[in-house]
Amino acid sequence: MKSKGIAIPYVVWMAVFVVAPLVVVVVYAFTNRDWSVTLDHFTTLGQYAGVFGRSFLLAFVATIVCILIGYPLAYFLARERGRLRGMAMLLIMLPMWMNFLLRTYSWVFLLERNGFFNNLLSAIGLPKLDIINTSGAVVLGMVYNFLPFMVLPIFSVIEKIDPRVIEAAQDLGADSATVFRRITFPLSLPGVLSGITMVFIPSVSTFVISRLLGGGKTLLLGDLIEMQFLGSAYNPHLGSAISLVMMVIVLICMGVMNRFGEGEGEAVLL
Amino acid sequence: MSKELIRLSDCVVKYDDDIILDHLNLYINDKEFLTLLGPSGCGKTTTLRIIGGFQKPTSGDVFFDGLRINDVPPHKRKVNTVFQKYALFTHMNIFENVAFGLRIAKVPEPEIRTRVEEALALVNLAGYGKRSVNSLSGGQQQRVAIARAIVNRPQVLLLDEPLGALDLKLRKDMQIELKRIQQQVGITFIYVTHDQEEALTMSDTVVVMDKGNIQQIGTPEDIYNEPKNAFVADFIGESNIIDGIMYEDKIVGMYGKKFPCLDSGFSPNEPVDVVIRPEDIDIVPVEQGQLTGTVTEVTFKGMHYDIIVDFRGFKWLIQTTDFSPVGSRIGVKIDPDGFHVMKKSRYSGMFGDYSSYSEEYDELNEDTPEGSDEE
Repeated sequence: MKSKGIAIPYVVWMAVFVVAPLVVVVVYAFTNRDWSVTLDHFTTLGQYAGVFGRSFLLAFVATIVCILIGYPLAYFLARERGRLRGMAMLLIMLPMWMNFLLRTYSWVFLLERNGFFNNLLSAIGLPKLDIINTSGAVVLGMVYNFLPFMVLPIFSVIEKIDPRVIEAAQDLGADSATVFRRITFPLSLPGVLSGITMVFIPSVSTFVISRLLGGGKTLLLGDLIEMQFLGSAYNPHLGSAISLVMMVIVLICMGVMNRFGEGEGEAVLL
Repeated sequence: MSKELIRLSDCVVKYDDDIILDHLNLYINDKEFLTLLGPSGCGKTTTLRIIGGFQKPTSGDVFFDGLRINDVPPHKRKVNTVFQKYALFTHMNIFENVAFGLRIAKVPEPEIRTRVEEALALVNLAGYGKRSVNSLSGGQQQRVAIARAIVNRPQVLLLDEPLGALDLKLRKDMQIELKRIQQQVGITFIYVTHDQEEALTMSDTVVVMDKGNIQQIGTPEDIYNEPKNAFVADFIGESNIIDGIMYEDKIVGMYGKKFPCLDSGFSPNEPVDVVIRPEDIDIVPVEQGQLTGTVTEVTFKGMHYDIIVDFRGFKWLIQTTDFSPVGSRIGVKIDPDGFHVMKKSRYSGMFGDYSSYSEEYDELNEDTPEGSDEE
């Protein structure tokens, strides 16, 4: 009885701030400016296929890069003991304590035409590169900002693997490559799945990163949605429809992924 | 009996300045059931890990079948280990757990199938192959761990307190089971435990260890009947250990009296420790007693009473089926074969007094196995 009472504020919170806004989004998505029910927003979404494609592609690439960088890093940290590990953890966490916008702006400063890197390049006599305002810069921004969300869940899962299980595998004849392939990696999959979720979803819906580092050339879903609510193209109904479709696609992706990881524990569905 | 299979020669293990193993010498015969027995931190698990290859001795050599194997990694050794907390692969079903070693050895699939089924049948888990690890009880998981090790047909099976996490009844069943498995497959078992009863029940040879040293090696009967020092006498079973003097061969003195015994080979008037097992003491009327004392405590144990008797300030434990009330004066009589005389050692005076009898029992009850007690 008591425990139920404690849950009440949470239920109210969920109802007011999660369920109700979702209902509002759904209502907006299926209505016109004059509140008549319509499916027009969905049928015309085809024209934004490019934006959808680009958003999911860039988020996908960023997620893959995060896995490629984050997994070895997390693996190394989980095996490491002592001061080095503490230092490395601090370095990974430190940027997260800084303002997101500030972090991204500093990349603008580093990458722009007359920015830090290009000045460095010309100082040593190399030609300047166009880094900013490319898809690459956007992916870089995503990887930089969301990498900790890949490292931390993988780290915590690998760290919890019982060393005796590894020893048992060695004892049964597995060399270190086999131990990784047959034991450590499969056991760390739940962490990888959580990491993918926590990197992919914010990447797909980001608009700050693409605005600042993509320079408006790489329009992403986040930008498109933002324009419908705050920008010149003001149309919350269309914005809601796009948001809804994006959400459904993300949910499908996560559903498929959790299928893969069945029996390995489920990824966190944010 | 059979040929020597493993030899640890002058092995030392140190962490910083902590000496875990102190110049250990041990050889292990083929096909024997050998138990490393001792309290937490005595170095028994470290010894096992050296044989398994998980730990390198700081100095000293390890030989297997005559070859030095110090630098052979675990996956290339012909030994398999059953770990304390099973260490099963939770992402695989039972069949795949057991098949793991065979798959790595690239055994053909049909052979894998028959061998895994055989191994599961050996541990009474036939037909469990498709189950998940988490659906099994602790005892079943432990048997899977045994099957997983044995299926590879190792020459030696190492068992690190494998029954520690099981409840008492299951533990007793598994002791008999393990002995049966060892005889059936006919390989060497090296078993680590802190449970003396377990060691006596299963072993051909018991190695009693303390503080990184071997205290005594022998058959269970030897260890129980002829303990080498006060530590062994106290650790194996219950013992009253009394200061005594060996007047001459077959005459031991304590409390200023002379008693006939069977021990010999000490120098005249050498101070010794005298061990008297609680079950070797007969209670007799005061006038017939070799010694007389006062009963201070009586505990009913089912089969017998544990009574504590005060002999001039030194308290003995006596196990008897005759009830004597607290406060009564009794006489005791000990047959010559009831005395066991030991040379004085660093353990003299540390054990064998039952003044703190009830506390000791509390300690025993608290002595439930914890996780990795020796790292």
